[in-house]
Amino acid sequence: MDVTALSDAKVGSAGVVERVDLPDNVSHYLAHLGFLPGTAVEVLRRAPAGDPRVYRIDGVEVGLRNETARHIFLRLNEAAA
Amino acid sequence: MSCHTPVLDVLPENEPPVAPAGPGGPAATATKPMRTVALIGPPNSGKSTLFNRLTGMRQKVANYPGVTVEHHSGRMKAIGRGDLTLIDLPGIYSLATYSEDARVAVEVLTGKMRGVPKPDCVLLVLDATHLNRQLMLAAPVFSIGLPTLVLLNMSDELAARGGEIEPYALAKQLGHPVALISAAKGTGLDVIPEFLLRAGSRPDDGLRPVQLPVLQSAASCRTWATQVTARTKYQTPAASVWTRRLDRVLLHRWLGPLIFLAVVVAVFQVVFLAGQPLSDWMTEILTRAGSHAALLLPDNWLRPLLRDGLWNGVQAVIVFLPQILLLFLFIGVLEDSGYLARAALIADRVMRAIGLNGKAFIPLLSAYACAVPAIMATRTIENKRERIATIMVAPFMTCSARLPIYTLIIAAFIPNRLFLGGVLGLRAMVMLSLYALGFLAALVTARLLNSSVMKATPAPFILELPQYRWPTLQGLTLRLYDRGKLFVKKAGTIILGVTFLVWLLSVLPIHSGQFSALTDSVIGHLGHFIEPAIRPLGFNWKIGIGLLSSIVAREVIVGTLGTLYGVDPATHSLGLQAALRGDMTLGGAIALVVFFAFAMQCTSTLAVVRRETNSWKYPAAQFAYMTVVAYVAALVTNQVITRLF
Repeated sequence: MDVTALSDAKVGSAGVVERVDLPDNVSHYLAHLGFLPGTAVEVLRRAPAGDPRVYRIDGVEVGLRNETARHIFLRLNEAAA
Repeated sequence: MSCHTPVLDVLPENEPPVAPAGPGGPAATATKPMRTVALIGPPNSGKSTLFNRLTGMRQKVANYPGVTVEHHSGRMKAIGRGDLTLIDLPGIYSLATYSEDARVAVEVLTGKMRGVPKPDCVLLVLDATHLNRQLMLAAPVFSIGLPTLVLLNMSDELAARGGEIEPYALAKQLGHPVALISAAKGTGLDVIPEFLLRAGSRPDDGLRPVQLPVLQSAASCRTWATQVTARTKYQTPAASVWTRRLDRVLLHRWLGPLIFLAVVVAVFQVVFLAGQPLSDWMTEILTRAGSHAALLLPDNWLRPLLRDGLWNGVQAVIVFLPQILLLFLFIGVLEDSGYLARAALIADRVMRAIGLNGKAFIPLLSAYACAVPAIMATRTIENKRERIATIMVAPFMTCSARLPIYTLIIAAFIPNRLFLGGVLGLRAMVMLSLYALGFLAALVTARLLNSSVMKATPAPFILELPQYRWPTLQGLTLRLYDRGKLFVKKAGTIILGVTFLVWLLSVLPIHSGQFSALTDSVIGHLGHFIEPAIRPLGFNWKIGIGLLSSIVAREVIVGTLGTLYGVDPATHSLGLQAALRGDMTLGGAIALVVFFAFAMQCTSTLAVVRRETNSWKYPAAQFAYMTVVAYVAALVTNQVITRLF
């Protein structure tokens, strides 16, 4: 039940968003894509170059660079942890 | 239950409104006829497809005053309500005014936008396949207080993927009518005229959601949306199996980039293989039509004016229409299918390496069509310095206005050789290298800007990957129609005007009632005057005049050359390709296309850069820089090729 940065979660793992530590305008945009505390998120795949990675949140697939994902924290589901 | 049952009856005529209408207002609006309907929805909700469905092929594109957000509007003729104007608002996630798009939407909805009448009612489009998130926009839209119809789009996909929604319950929760539709298939849309009829004939019924969340907080909108969907037995659909499967291949570590390259090569190959015969066929028809029409004219000064001066010039440009339409057909298919977003994901690594935001990819990609909308699209980049860097490099992307001169020179000078059993053509490869050259120039320029004057902190790259979809025939047709209209219009106005001027200057001054010979004309003198400056590039004076005239717009050079070689008795009866082959070396010809790969020959772009950066400094620097690069590159190209071959 560790809290980990989204960028550190392995491909295939899943968890629940714990908090988003980003400037207001960025976190507002992310919030509307579903990145809000309590939402389930899954690490889906990496882009061919390894970064950005694709996350599935709330039925939508969103690509984020690791430099952004580093500031989003999630609580990993036990099975995946 | 059928998936597309309209749920207007959540507001049955005999049921009293939940809340009484406020005094005064509603009665007054009841008597006034409806005029304007606003269409609003988040990005990727299928809003544009619906807009096309409702308005048909007639729509107007303009800019809102003072901002660069585009304004699409059209009469709702396709559903028999030509008396109503539908305004397509920008795709937004919320009305919180972080972005200019959202500010525009709020101003239009509240009737504060200059020149746009206040909408009488609202069509809110939401993607039914992820309703939780999409409903976050509903609360702020409802709070504006206009009669609103909620359209749950892609309901067919929702059902196909095992999702479920109870529209009647949702309508009860929202206090606004709800309908299930599929804009792509055109199903469920009959509910819209019905709603418009009611919204127009009835006073505001005063129905409001029981409670709205704190609108400025995304978290509270989200909680509200989750509560609403939970109460309406919303079943989230399973992930699209096809999208997963396709992404496994298209975003594969090495297959992904490989397929990306293959797609790009294939596009150019087809533009050439299929476009060239079409273009040749058009040339033949237009030439024949021109000479037949010329015979009907009296054999005096009028005939050469119309045939050599106007027809040759405009025809030389118009024949490239098939290639341009083919290119846009491919861009349309790639974008509408959802592949472009994947391409942006693959390209982000490269973009970052040169210090550009991944978000710059989309404007830069649209710069392949035209730099003007691309520069306007950079508004999505929040960081000012990154935005200006993107603006500075965008005109290096190979826009469609370069296509005519590229195609002309390649068809005239590059043999039609095929390699690898006919898969790869030499002509397509040369064309592709020209595109690569422009891209390379953009990379280097961005790198230079980034390491010197414009060091910036990177803005985040956040990219939504939509489900793969089949592009709709209607969407593609509309794109091609718009593009084709624009191209023909330009040929009929700017290009017609400039070629006329070139023709006029090529026959003036009049000596004792006779036109001047080409070399003795104003333009002949001007051409010979500038020739020393361009001779090292392998250009003769006619090309020089072409370059001068194309400062207005790149395609103009083809029109000008068409006119100049048409007026010249030596090349009068030859086609433009043959005339050029006889009048230029290979080195000069390749140098010419290289010049066009780099040069800033476009006044519209300069004007839009001036407007977007609010300063003459940037367009001036851009023009000077690009011209110098073009000159030097063309010089090197000509000298090297002349020595090698």
